[in-house]
Parts: sequence; C-alpha cells; structure tokens
Amino acid sequence: MGMNPPAHGPGPADEIALQAASGALRDKGFVLANVDKVVNWARSGSMWPLTFGLACCAMEMMHSAVSRYDLDRFGIVFFPSPRSADVMIVAGTLTNKMAPALRRVYDQMPEPKWVISMGSCANGGGYYHYSYSVVRGCDRVVPVDVYVPGCPPTPEALIYGILQLQKKIRRTGTLYR
Amino acid sequence: MTGTVTERLDSLRDIAARLESELEDEVIRVSFEKDELVVLAVRSTVPQVLSFLKEDAACLFEQLVDVCGVDYPEREERFEVVYNLLSMRYNLRIRVKVHASEDTPVPSVVSVFPSANWFERETFDMYGVIFSDHPDLRRILTDYGFEGHPQRKDFPLSGFKEIRYDEELGRVVYQPVRLVQDFRDFDFASPWESMDDQVARARGCAAQLPGDEKATEGKGA
Repeated sequence: MGMNPPAHGPGPADEIALQAASGALRDKGFVLANVDKVVNWARSGSMWPLTFGLACCAMEMMHSAVSRYDLDRFGIVFFPSPRSADVMIVAGTLTNKMAPALRRVYDQMPEPKWVISMGSCANGGGYYHYSYSVVRGCDRVVPVDVYVPGCPPTPEALIYGILQLQKKIRRTGTLYR
Repeated sequence: MTGTVTERLDSLRDIAARLESELEDEVIRVSFEKDELVVLAVRSTVPQVLSFLKEDAACLFEQLVDVCGVDYPEREERFEVVYNLLSMRYNLRIRVKVHASEDTPVPSVVSVFPSANWFERETFDMYGVIFSDHPDLRRILTDYGFEGHPQRKDFPLSGFKEIRYDEELGRVVYQPVRLVQDFRDFDFASPWESMDDQVARARGCAAQLPGDEKATEGKGA
C-alpha cells in the first residue's frame, strides 16, 4: 500500500438517500428535491479546470490528473479553453507580464467560476515576494476561492484543495451567483 | 586532442599562444582562470575575434553557448559582456570578455553567430548594454513598458511598480511598489561556539567555522 486515496465516494448516508430516492421513484414515479441542491451537486461533481500551468506547480497539477491520483474520478477533466472551464487553477508564479493575460482568461470563463490558488507563489509571491517582476499573490488580479499551500503542493494537497472547493460549492452555491 | 584533462589543457595552451600571435591587435589579454581559457578582447573587434575562433582550423569554436553580462559598479567601464564558446570538434571551451559602459556600444555578433540575437537582447534587457548593428534590439524578458535594467547592482530588488486588478477600470493597473514588510536579510551563520571548535582546540589547532567569531563578540575576548 503506497498511498491512501482521499476518502470519497458514496458512504452509508448516501446509500440511504439513494435507496429513499429510488424507492420514491419506484412507488410514485417522481422525486422531489431542492433545485439549487441538485444544481450544486451537478456543479461540484463536474468541475472542469482550465489548463493553466505557470511554473513547477503545473507538474504537480499534472500528476494529480494522471493515473496515480486520477482527478477524472471526481469528474474533473482539464480543459484547454476558458470558454468551457469552471475552475481556474493558478499553478505557479504569476509575473507582472503574465497578469493581464491571466485576468483576460479569467474574464473569458463563463459564470459560475472559481479560482484555486496553488502554491506559495500564487498565494502571496512566495519565494519571489520581493522580486521586481512577480505579482505578490494572484488574489491581486483574480478573486480566489481556495488557497493551497506548499512549494509546490503535493498532488494530495491539491486534491484536498479541490475537495474543499467542492464543499464550498455545495455549501454556498446558488443558482444566481 | 579530445581525451584527458591534461591533453585538453595542452591544446588550450596551444590555442592561447595562437591567439596571442594571430590576434595581436584584437586581444588585450589571454589568461587561464582555474584551468579555463579566458580572452579579454578589444570591444570594437569582438566579431573578428569570434569569427576567428569559429573558423580557424585549430579552434573551431562553432557553438555560442551563452552571452551574458556582469556589472562591476566600481569600474570605469562598469559592464563586462561574456561570450562562452564550445568547440564540438575538439571538446574545448573558451570564454571571451569585453568591457563596456552604459554609452559605449558593443558590436553585435549576430552576423557571426545567429544564436547571439536573443542572448544580446537579454543582456541589453538586464544590463542596458547597447549592441550596435543588432537587427532587433528590444527587451525580451521584462514586462512591456518596463523601465530600468534589473540586473544592475543599483536596481532596487523590488523594482518600482507593482500590479493590481482595478475593479472600477476593469483592467490590470500599475502602481508604485508598497511593501507591507521590508525585505529582511537574514544571517544564518551560527552565533554559538561550535563543537568542532572545541574538538579542534583539544587537538591544538584552531578551526573556525563561519559565525564562530560571533560567540565571543561583545565579550571583550
């Protein structure tokens, strides 16, 4: 056993809810649910992050996507266009020269959209905090939902951050954001 | 000619002697630093020196590995431009240096080595060394509209401008740098007397580690 995947997937509570729902479906032919809860469930279950790697953090982001940690099992598929992406993972050092491009790509993403700041550099400049050419935190340019610490964060840390974002969507998401 | 270190040193000595005789007017000094051949060239003749090194049958330094700058603020001509060359044929390396100041242009070597194009742009961007006859001398690394040359010793670490998204203007704006906390330069050398020092004293020889002197500082010792 080399790794412990994060606890995820249907638990006993989900099982009970599922049986209740399928029982109702069998007896009555329809199910009642809160629309926004269903929408949040759908949104948090298929977050498509934008492929936006800026530095070494992007390597860890790739590792979290491929077979060992396999973000696909959370419904997370990296997408190379802002038009269809829901989440932007700012993975790496954001430089002054890159900042307008990052903001433009963020603006091109459709609502609702979320941002994960990955690693020390994106969180607050990190190692390059005093540099003449680096933005001291990507939250100066885009609004950030989840900050993942680390230099670079491990894939586990990034996945933990993504799960935190899922929780946040389920907790705070509304039809109109 | 390719084998051991001593063989390579011998061939470098041959080349040094050859440069001193063939390029008498173009070369100021030929020297060895840590067994590496360093040539200080006359600024106006760099292209000739490099093309000689590239084409001479005994040299064949056909690859320009790097062009970079160095800033020595105390010197009258404060910059040094360094060309690192590699001879694939003879498995040898050579370093050519020239001196320059802010307003004395260095002739571009793009005509000799096309790869020098971006290297010279980078040197210009970082140090402000001007290269004459360069086909496209623009900044290459720093931000659009950047002012100053960041690798100069007198350039402040945090620069002059920082960036922020302005919600009202709806775009990224520049503003003067404002740091919440100033940059701190930490001293990591140990302030305590080290174990090694005591061991050394027991053996009768004084070994000092970096920072050891701070243990007795202010004690009048």
